[in-house]
Amino acid sequence: MTDQTTLRDKAKESVDRETVDAVAQLSGAYKHGWNTEIEMDFAPKGLTEDIVRLISERNEEPEWMLEWRLEAFRRWQTLKEPDWSMLKYAPVDYQEQYYYAKPASMKEKPKSLDDVDPKLLETYAKLGIPLKEQMVLAGVEGAEAAPSEAKDSERKVAVDAVFDSVSVGTTFKKELEKAGVIFCSISEAIREHPELVRKYLGSVVPASDNYFATLNSAVFSDGSFVYIPEGVRCPMELSTYFRINAENTGQFERTLIICDKQAYVSYLEGCTAPMRDTNQLHAAVVEIVALEDAEVKYSTVQNWYPGDENGKGGIYNFVTKRADCRGDRSKVSWTQVETGSALTWKYPSCILRGDDSQGEFYSIAITNNWQQADTGTKMIHLGKRTRSRIVSKGISAGHAQNTYRGLVSMHPKAKDSRNYTQCDSLLIGSTCGAHTVPYIEVKNNSSRVEHEATTSKVDEDQLFYCRQRGMDEEEAVALVVNGFCKEVLQALPMEFAMEAQQLVAISLEGSVG
Amino acid sequence: MALPKAKEDATATRLAGLSLPADAGWSRAAREDALARLQAQGVPQRRDEYWRFTNPSAFTAPEVAEAPSRDLPDEIPLGAEADRLTVVFTDGVFDPDASDALEGEGMEIARLAGAPDIHWARDLYGTLEARGQDPVDRPLAALNTAFATDGVLIRVSGKVTRPVSIVYRHRDARSDVLLHHVIRIDADAALTLVEAGPAGARSNIVIEADIAQGGAFHHVRDQGREHDRSATTAGFARLGEAAVYKSFTLSANGALTRNEHVIECLGNGGIAHVAGAAIGDAAAHPFHHDDTVFITHDALDCESRQVFKKVLKNGAVGVFQGKILVREGAQKTDGYQISQSLLLDEDSQFLAKPELEIYADDVACSHGSTTGAIDEEALFYLRSRGVPEGPATDLLVLAFLAEALDEIDDPDIAGVLRDQLSGWLSRHATR
Repeated sequence: MTDQTTLRDKAKESVDRETVDAVAQLSGAYKHGWNTEIEMDFAPKGLTEDIVRLISERNEEPEWMLEWRLEAFRRWQTLKEPDWSMLKYAPVDYQEQYYYAKPASMKEKPKSLDDVDPKLLETYAKLGIPLKEQMVLAGVEGAEAAPSEAKDSERKVAVDAVFDSVSVGTTFKKELEKAGVIFCSISEAIREHPELVRKYLGSVVPASDNYFATLNSAVFSDGSFVYIPEGVRCPMELSTYFRINAENTGQFERTLIICDKQAYVSYLEGCTAPMRDTNQLHAAVVEIVALEDAEVKYSTVQNWYPGDENGKGGIYNFVTKRADCRGDRSKVSWTQVETGSALTWKYPSCILRGDDSQGEFYSIAITNNWQQADTGTKMIHLGKRTRSRIVSKGISAGHAQNTYRGLVSMHPKAKDSRNYTQCDSLLIGSTCGAHTVPYIEVKNNSSRVEHEATTSKVDEDQLFYCRQRGMDEEEAVALVVNGFCKEVLQALPMEFAMEAQQLVAISLEGSVG
Repeated sequence: MALPKAKEDATATRLAGLSLPADAGWSRAAREDALARLQAQGVPQRRDEYWRFTNPSAFTAPEVAEAPSRDLPDEIPLGAEADRLTVVFTDGVFDPDASDALEGEGMEIARLAGAPDIHWARDLYGTLEARGQDPVDRPLAALNTAFATDGVLIRVSGKVTRPVSIVYRHRDARSDVLLHHVIRIDADAALTLVEAGPAGARSNIVIEADIAQGGAFHHVRDQGREHDRSATTAGFARLGEAAVYKSFTLSANGALTRNEHVIECLGNGGIAHVAGAAIGDAAAHPFHHDDTVFITHDALDCESRQVFKKVLKNGAVGVFQGKILVREGAQKTDGYQISQSLLLDEDSQFLAKPELEIYADDVACSHGSTTGAIDEEALFYLRSRGVPEGPATDLLVLAFLAEALDEIDDPDIAGVLRDQLSGWLSRHATR
């Protein structure tokens, strides 16, 4: 046997195994639906000024931060929940939620892994986070200083994990510090780097921006903070892992990423939650500032619990994400794979302020059973020769509703700008819906705007071909859908792309036949 | 739900000068219902999502803004190219001397004002308008149903030898026109209706068209060339099995135009095409043109097309809001929508919201929207062949509009409209 055939056999074997695994995955339901019985430290239920004060106090925040929160809270009380989306849901009772929950064992930092609540460790192990990182995430003192298990040659990802309301740990901190990168929880940043936080927090998504962002401004308990100094290419990918564990708990995280001149960072975000019968609230805000020649790549795999096949339970996901391309030639790219949540209300946007700046939005939104997604982007062209590209793939199955909603705006001064938008929807089954609501506003004639949208069902010929090659119907659909999403999957960092590809298959489980 | 105060006040102000016609007769009940609808909705305001791109205040103000009429003897009016049964309204008032006798082979034709108890129209008047109020409020159409002073009622049941032409003449600089036409096409019958001319200083015209199985309704409209007038129209159509509805509108000039189409395909195999070409130069007079289309597919195998083209110059504003709604079970739907605009200078604007809302899986629906300047390469090619820049630009503009004009089946009508566009371009020489 030649080396080549051995290689080929090996490759074939691994492909076969992947297929077997994928099929095994298909038969399972939501993978991250377990919950950790862990002792939690809750603030009282409901939302009042006292709760806002309590959150601020627990995070040991300075006075200006408390004032900022209180102002947001007072404003929030005067606002009305928006009703323009295509989402239909029973009104959320904001007084029935917990706004602060923290693992009780985190009150005092454990000295070694033995002191860590084993349940917390179990949680991260189940999520597939390596032991060394588990130590840090569990908050073991001195763990950051211990030599990393990962060899230098291996691809490294620094993780900040947020468990319910608080950040439980950030890995690879020392190594990042060497490069001058600040990557920590936002509560820590408020204490350690107040000058940066004060300068940038709310400068992209003001506290008054919209109902959910205002709520977040008042009660955000934690989140991640990233600062990449001038000229630095962040040595590894940064990642935040969000998990909602406690029942009736809202998670309100706030992420602030500042990419200074000529800097680069790739940032990954993942989310899971246990299966609960009741709907849980998630209202996050992500702000990105890109200065001259900076580039930020932000990738999300959102896999919050979507509810069961009868539409009971699941996360209500109301997220405001916005990037400000402040500097000339800056670039921000949003890539999202939205497979979870009962409700998704999310429009990652780019303000293209700097001349020659670029914005990209690649999205896959998959809804199955009774899920509803209303998602898309806004590209606001203000600077000259700004460019944006939108590729959105919506897949709807079961009784789900999937909406693309977007805005492309060319201001009079945004001369010679360019936008290309492609929104494709795929329908699987006759009881789901796919909708497209684009807004296009062009106020100068040297810019070109193109928008295309199509809606269709899974191609019968492609399905037939796959079935004829021995695939069952569900596998065939998963393969065709993966092909449909290819353009977006290719925009994801590699590890994420693999996960996303599997998610595509799992999310569509039970949608055929 | 109670209306916001500002809306309630604006509605009361608009209604203050209006009263239901004393001789409403058989249409009274429908008019009272429409008035109730209007009062519940309130008049449109800029903050309404459906009026996001167009300010409706000129339509809801109690006073009509002055809009002098223009005599335009240089042009062959649409409708004159063939022998037609002509009905003339001058500033919204029926002109018996200029009109033909209201009778024609294969159809019943009458005026709304003073019509005896016409049973077929009684069941239709305000009915399609009321159906078109969900999911979006169309208060201006409800206002029209309640207060329309006149209109034409046509029922086609046999072979029509003379197609019908409704001609509008505008004389009074403050005229406020409310006309409501009702068309009923019986099974396998067909009608071509032409509407031509500016209806008044301010006009609000509604057409309700009910097309039975196998029926066909062709509608071509030319909104005239006046500058200062404001016009809103709403065409409501209901299509039975294998019914055909085709409508085309040409708009050149006009301070404010809002043309709405609300079409329901209720029978299998129906075909609905709506198209429009708009051209405006805002150098001396404002130009704001809004096409708003809502097509509902609620049957199998239906086809719909929306083709809208706009050419905008010197700060002219073009708006397109189009929607294809495919209801659950409306399989094999073929829906297509294209909205394009050509901006001839830095100041013009195009605002669009092309929507799809789809609840059936075996469909092929697509929409496209593009905005940009004249293609420099095409222009360069023409100039390299010896065509001067002005005529070359005009040629490209006409080519751009052609896709919409191609939606007109009758070549004579298309020819008249093409000549009008050429004339417009020569008067508004580009560059």
